Amino acid sequence: MSWVHKSAAELADALAAGEVTSVELTQAHLDRIAAVDGDVHAFLHIDAEGALAAAAASDARRAAGTPASGPDGVPIAVKDVLATIGQPTTCGSKMLEGWHPPYDATVVAKVRAAGMPILGKTNMDEFAMGSSTENSAYGPTRNPWDLDRIPGGSGGGSAAAVAAFEAPLALGTDTGGSIRQPGAVTGTVGVKPTYGSVSRYGLVALANSLDQVGPVTRTVLDSALLHEVIGGHDPLDSTSIPGAPAGLVDAARQGASGDLSGLKVGVITELAGDGWQDGVMTRVQESVELLERLGAEVVEVSCPHFVHAMAAYYLILPAECSSNLAKFDAMRYGMRVLPDGVASPSAEEVMKATRDAGFGAEVKRRIILGTYALSSGYYDAFYGQAQKIRTLIIRDFDAAFEQVDVLVSPTAPTTAFPIGEKADDPLAMYLNDLATIPANLAGVPGISVPAGLAAEDGLPVGLQVLAPVKADDRLYRVGAAIEAALEKEWGGPLLAQAPALEETR
Amino acid sequence: MPAISREEVAHLATLARIDLDDTDLDHLAPQLSVILESVASISGVAGDDVPATSHPIPMTNVFREDVVTPGLTPEQALSGAPEVEQQRFSVPRILGDEQ
Amino acid sequence: MTETLMAFDDVLASFDPALGLEVHVELNTNTKMFCGCGQDFGAEPNTLVCPTCLGLPGAMPVVNGKAVESAIRIGLALNCSIAEWCRFARKNYFYPDMPKNFQTSQYDEPIAFEGWMDVTLPGDDGDETFRVEIERAHMEEDTGKSLHVGGATGRIHGADYSLVDYNRAGIPLIEIVTKPIRGAGERAPEVARAYVQQLRELIVALGVSEARMDRGNLRADVNLSLAPKGSDALGTRSETKNVNSFRSVERAVRFEMQRHAAILAAGGSILQETRHWHEDTGITTSGREKSDAEDYRYFPEPDLVPVAPSREWVEELRGTLPENPTVKRARLQADWGFTDLEMRDTVAAGVVGLVEETVVAGAAPQAARKWWLSELARRANDNGVEISDLGVSPAQVAAVQALVEAGTINDKLARQVFDGLLAGEGEPAEIVEKRGLAVVSDDGALSAAIDTAIAANPDVADKIRDGKVAAAGALIGAVMKEMRGQADAGRVRELILEKLT
Ligand SMILES: [Mg+2]
Ligand SMILES: [Zn+2]
Repeated sequence: MSWVHKSAAELADALAAGEVTSVELTQAHLDRIAAVDGDVHAFLHIDAEGALAAAAASDARRAAGTPASGPDGVPIAVKDVLATIGQPTTCGSKMLEGWHPPYDATVVAKVRAAGMPILGKTNMDEFAMGSSTENSAYGPTRNPWDLDRIPGGSGGGSAAAVAAFEAPLALGTDTGGSIRQPGAVTGTVGVKPTYGSVSRYGLVALANSLDQVGPVTRTVLDSALLHEVIGGHDPLDSTSIPGAPAGLVDAARQGASGDLSGLKVGVITELAGDGWQDGVMTRVQESVELLERLGAEVVEVSCPHFVHAMAAYYLILPAECSSNLAKFDAMRYGMRVLPDGVASPSAEEVMKATRDAGFGAEVKRRIILGTYALSSGYYDAFYGQAQKIRTLIIRDFDAAFEQVDVLVSPTAPTTAFPIGEKADDPLAMYLNDLATIPANLAGVPGISVPAGLAAEDGLPVGLQVLAPVKADDRLYRVGAAIEAALEKEWGGPLLAQAPALEETR
Repeated sequence: MPAISREEVAHLATLARIDLDDTDLDHLAPQLSVILESVASISGVAGDDVPATSHPIPMTNVFREDVVTPGLTPEQALSGAPEVEQQRFSVPRILGDEQ
Repeated sequence: MTETLMAFDDVLASFDPALGLEVHVELNTNTKMFCGCGQDFGAEPNTLVCPTCLGLPGAMPVVNGKAVESAIRIGLALNCSIAEWCRFARKNYFYPDMPKNFQTSQYDEPIAFEGWMDVTLPGDDGDETFRVEIERAHMEEDTGKSLHVGGATGRIHGADYSLVDYNRAGIPLIEIVTKPIRGAGERAPEVARAYVQQLRELIVALGVSEARMDRGNLRADVNLSLAPKGSDALGTRSETKNVNSFRSVERAVRFEMQRHAAILAAGGSILQETRHWHEDTGITTSGREKSDAEDYRYFPEPDLVPVAPSREWVEELRGTLPENPTVKRARLQADWGFTDLEMRDTVAAGVVGLVEETVVAGAAPQAARKWWLSELARRANDNGVEISDLGVSPAQVAAVQALVEAGTINDKLARQVFDGLLAGEGEPAEIVEKRGLAVVSDDGALSAAIDTAIAANPDVADKIRDGKVAAAGALIGAVMKEMRGQADAGRVRELILEKLT
């Protein structure tokens, strides 16, 4: 097995044992990117030079016996919504084409401080709006399981990069499922940490009260490793919670031993039924039975207000994003477009022309929707009411976690659908996030782990596990347990069943 | 919930500073109506006794010490600007007044 | 366009004015409201900026605790209640000098609300007190500054393009809003002026702002409406923006009263709009119409958590408040031994604090009063600046007075020292030195001048020799002229009498 097929934990061990250098690992991944990314299009920018320089510095630290962290030297890919010095940050939008931030996002700074070479920036739906990565202004990313299908979104680039073995690790962001849903449809692992436990400083905000940065990996243990690198309090983010995540790697290792006795698991009643693909439900049901076999007690739990989560989300998110995206106005950075046929256009006319040319259809839809939801006369009925629903959803979670330790559901209602299928049907697209949205509204952490392949199409299915606020360790315990048990059944990782990508040069 | 009219969309687009043409408006108005119809299902779900949640994790009083920290150099600050003059951001003529 | 105005007295015969004042105070914190950038009025453009105050994608705000403290202290000094829990809100509108295209402000949950300030106006039968009710004081951030290029005037209208400097963007502002001030009648313009003047005094006493109107540290917006005399209803108001001196506040109110009245009397109606104040011509002109379409789409700022000042903290801050200016004024009058009239003039001239500081710096109260009220008030008026912005400090005034008392200079020479201070020639002693102003006390030089004067005026000398000592004045005048004023007149007199009697 080549280096690119190994997990980040294995690579860290190999580096520590002196079996490989970071330069070799980084070059191997750059080679893999060169070979397959023409088809997958997971990356918007590749920084070979920067990554190799960081790798060389890492090797020097190893040689001196002073590695910066456990995963020092393990390369990583970064979603293009995070500010990076020395690499463009476009958010998948024409609006920011070629924009080089003069500062690093806190998570990027932490990754650098840990000594991890950054391979490049991954593709995404424009400004993280979408569930398929078809809304990228730079063309869609393709699902490594089937290049004609979507890799999920908005973080389809990060998920596809790890699924296609272009990177062992990636950073994603999750506002309504943008880490977990791509994880589910690409057969990878994705974690949305507790809101406020990972800094948002330098994350170009979609919806500030929902956004969270998290790990995108192939194994549960790798997510725990990366989560410990990026987590912790940041004085630059006022919503950052005190303390640092601890015990996540331990929880993953403990979970992998396969004993879940004493654990109470709740299956969410509302996240099932019509509209949920049979093959998805079957695999999730089997996973739940597996949890029972591992010693967990399983009960059904109702969260009655979850049925309103999507509506609340599609008011809160557009409202916040309509305000966040106002800064893209052609005055200080980014694109500037002069209106046609206007001799001496005013600032206002230039703003309007630029925002028309620079934003894609989905972004415009949400800005208009959010502007509407916040306008006087509509605020109470829309935004105000949505924020109340949010309270009810938090109460549902509180009540559920009185009864159980974790909640489970399918991550997404369906497997990956063909590119183009839902492109101009926003409502159908929004349904992809049905199961992931409640966690964002309430701030609770969630993970998606591979649950197998749907019988009808042979495509990956994700199991979502949700835990109470600040109990992210439970995700790793349960996630690692189910991963270990399923891999025993499958005889190896789910991704081993993915068709091999053609390597071209 | 009433459907959103083409004129309303045009007004919102002006508020949001997006220059939508007729084709955009024709396309967007019915789409937004469908979305609004769908999200309107929340009306009446939460009563007056339910407080609104603006921040998912309740915290208060996150303050910074009043101590200067290094910022950007003017070169960094202006590095992304479409136009620069006299170490300032050059912007097209401003029509309206300050608020 | 010239506006038709109604004579001021006629306005009051038919209408009752309602005033509203919105004052923005720039805090003198070391750093900005939401980032660690410093503030410096004279800094080179775009040198005090960071991702946050430039509104770069991904940057986030963090509240300056000191600014919250200042906001609470201002609120308490204005007798406001302090919110137990409040949030920041986004005020959404597009403007090139506002980097995020929303201003982080407060909306329906201000940090301070429901207060008052008693404004003192001199009246024919002693001082009159007018209570101005404060609706709210809230925290927000300042915008950048634009330089308008091209066009005739350098003004925004007609400019070809603008150049923006974001050094000022994000500086903490406290916006203090009054409730409608009614019942002031003919004194409305004075009430407006006295309110802003007293508010500034309070801000200075709190030490929370430089409060220099000429630098925009303190900016006043004047709202005015008229109602038919005796009516309870509020008329349509105009908002005159950025009226940047005490005198202008008074003049703007007066102008708007006269303008509104003329329109209403002619059967017209007032347009709800913002207006611009023109310092040079003393008029307002139409700005932006406030349409119903204007919609700031406020919502709670998700990137900032609520502010919930503990009652302990609030009480601790209450303990740091300076003495109430009204009480303080009575105390100072007693300490200084001023008559009611003297004190009133001192207050009216807005120099109580300056006199106080001058006394603290060592000058006698009457002397301090004399310099500020006569010499310096006149110069401020001539230069068209607030007296506090004249460029002469209380310590310098005290130093000048000390030189007078030591006999180094006399009152007349002191005026030249003030000239020197205004010209930036240094401290008083240096100026005396450089300009050669010291009184000549060298008896030799004086004696020679006196001999010359006696020789030139034998008749006068004879009169003095005959015992008509009062005639000495003419000789003293001649000597002083000869010495170009730089002599101690008392000593000259002594020497003349010595020589002739
Ligand atoms: Mg304001
Ligand atoms: Zn700053």
